[in-house]
Amino acid sequence: MTGKTVTRADLAESVFRKVGLSRAESAELVETIIDEICNAIVRGESVKLSSFATFQVRDKNERIGRNPKTGEEVPISPRRVMTFKASNVLKQRILKSHQQRKAKQKPASPAT
Amino acid sequence: MTEGEDVIKSELVQIVAARNPHLYHRDVENIVNAVLDEITDALAGGNRVELRGFGAFSVKNRPSRSGRNPRTGDAVFVEEKWVPFFKTGKELRERLNPGQADEDD
Repeated sequence: MTGKTVTRADLAESVFRKVGLSRAESAELVETIIDEICNAIVRGESVKLSSFATFQVRDKNERIGRNPKTGEEVPISPRRVMTFKASNVLKQRILKSHQQRKAKQKPASPAT
Repeated sequence: MTEGEDVIKSELVQIVAARNPHLYHRDVENIVNAVLDEITDALAGGNRVELRGFGAFSVKNRPSRSGRNPRTGDAVFVEEKWVPFFKTGKELRERLNPGQADEDD
């Protein structure tokens, strides 16, 4: 596993390579895309990106939580949370690639 | 779902295109796809993706375990899995709950 952290700069670089806009404009476009996804979520809209994932907002009622350290009961205020649901395409892709990488790491497996 | 509408990929493309009238619609489509593909490739490659203000994508490992068929009660072996995971960023959490203290951390 490489374990790198990919950031906006990497996404912009990819847009720059694949689409042929300037670096500055690529970075701006990446920002706009992230912005508009966030704006839709904040408006309470679901964002459904086929073969990638769905982002959805859910309302949570007030509930009683517990401080795990002290055991003290505390009310958790009602709030809006975002849920992420990966598409099957994304899930399969991640599963397959990780399985393959693991299989390569130990080629001396007797059961093939 | 009770509130709001859905924004699908083609609508996201339209919104972004409206803010960039100098670009061809097809280019904006390619840009949106390039971003989503890059995130997908990163996760498939074992990396995480951190986008401040939005959130962080990562892959969680679920070790193999012995489960049970709930209908028959038979023990079954469940293979090790890797699943995508997203943690909403602090800024987006605060925008979703304006005026509320962020109690997550």
